[in-house]
Amino acid sequence: MTDTTRVRGFLDIAGQWDPTLAFVTGGAILPMLLAWRMTRGRVPLAGGAFPPSPVQTLNRPLVFGSILFGIGWGLVGLCPGPAIASISYGGWPGLVFLVAMLAGMWAVPPLRRMLDRQTSHA
Amino acid sequence: MEMAWLYGLLGGLLIGTGGAVLLLGTGRIMGASGIVGGLVDGTGSDRGPTLVFLIGLIGAPALLTFGGWAVATQATSQLWLLILGGLCVGVGTRFANGCTSGHGVCGLSRLSLRGLVATLFYIGAGVVTVSIVRIGFGI
Repeated sequence: MTDTTRVRGFLDIAGQWDPTLAFVTGGAILPMLLAWRMTRGRVPLAGGAFPPSPVQTLNRPLVFGSILFGIGWGLVGLCPGPAIASISYGGWPGLVFLVAMLAGMWAVPPLRRMLDRQTSHA
Repeated sequence: MEMAWLYGLLGGLLIGTGGAVLLLGTGRIMGASGIVGGLVDGTGSDRGPTLVFLIGLIGAPALLTFGGWAVATQATSQLWLLILGGLCVGVGTRFANGCTSGHGVCGLSRLSLRGLVATLFYIGAGVVTVSIVRIGFGI
């Protein structure tokens, strides 16, 4: 996930496709499948509660947000986790990407309010 | 690299184990964009665990580098691409409420419809983007 060539190689199905990322995702899903099973009838070790059943409503922010995320992911090959991790090895390109990403995240609540106002006026 | 799929699988298992520990320990979903986004815009709760998670995420590769293992990364040095890409990822993941870890790993593993739809759309958009910039601009 940290190697942007591998990530972009996974997305490059029209060229030299690199399937490694599929193994990463598959490998990550296995322990999580088990973990979700183990949540049944239990509470977290540190107390509190497990997340409620997933919301199943699909909406425009989910779809358009994911498309925008995919565009940025394809352009550079970094997603949020590796972008944060890259502080310790990514040099200045990783830092520039991270700062831009954090700025984007910071801008979302005001952007959401602006969009909400527009749709309520329409 | 030979055996890249095996390293990928092992790395994935580690990521998933991290998510499992976080979930069973604290009841939180391991989503990188949600964890850091909540910190940035002030909507997040539980600052303590969030900071510990971030220290681990940054510290583990730092330790690897310190121990002599190079962490592979080949990010472009085109400034405009880095800024545009970062903005898209930041805005997109917060609108979508998740990224590869939250929707892709945690969402798919609990058969969440939103996780599946998000994953299909971001991979689809990524495929289209990579094809366009590689074929059209040679990036």
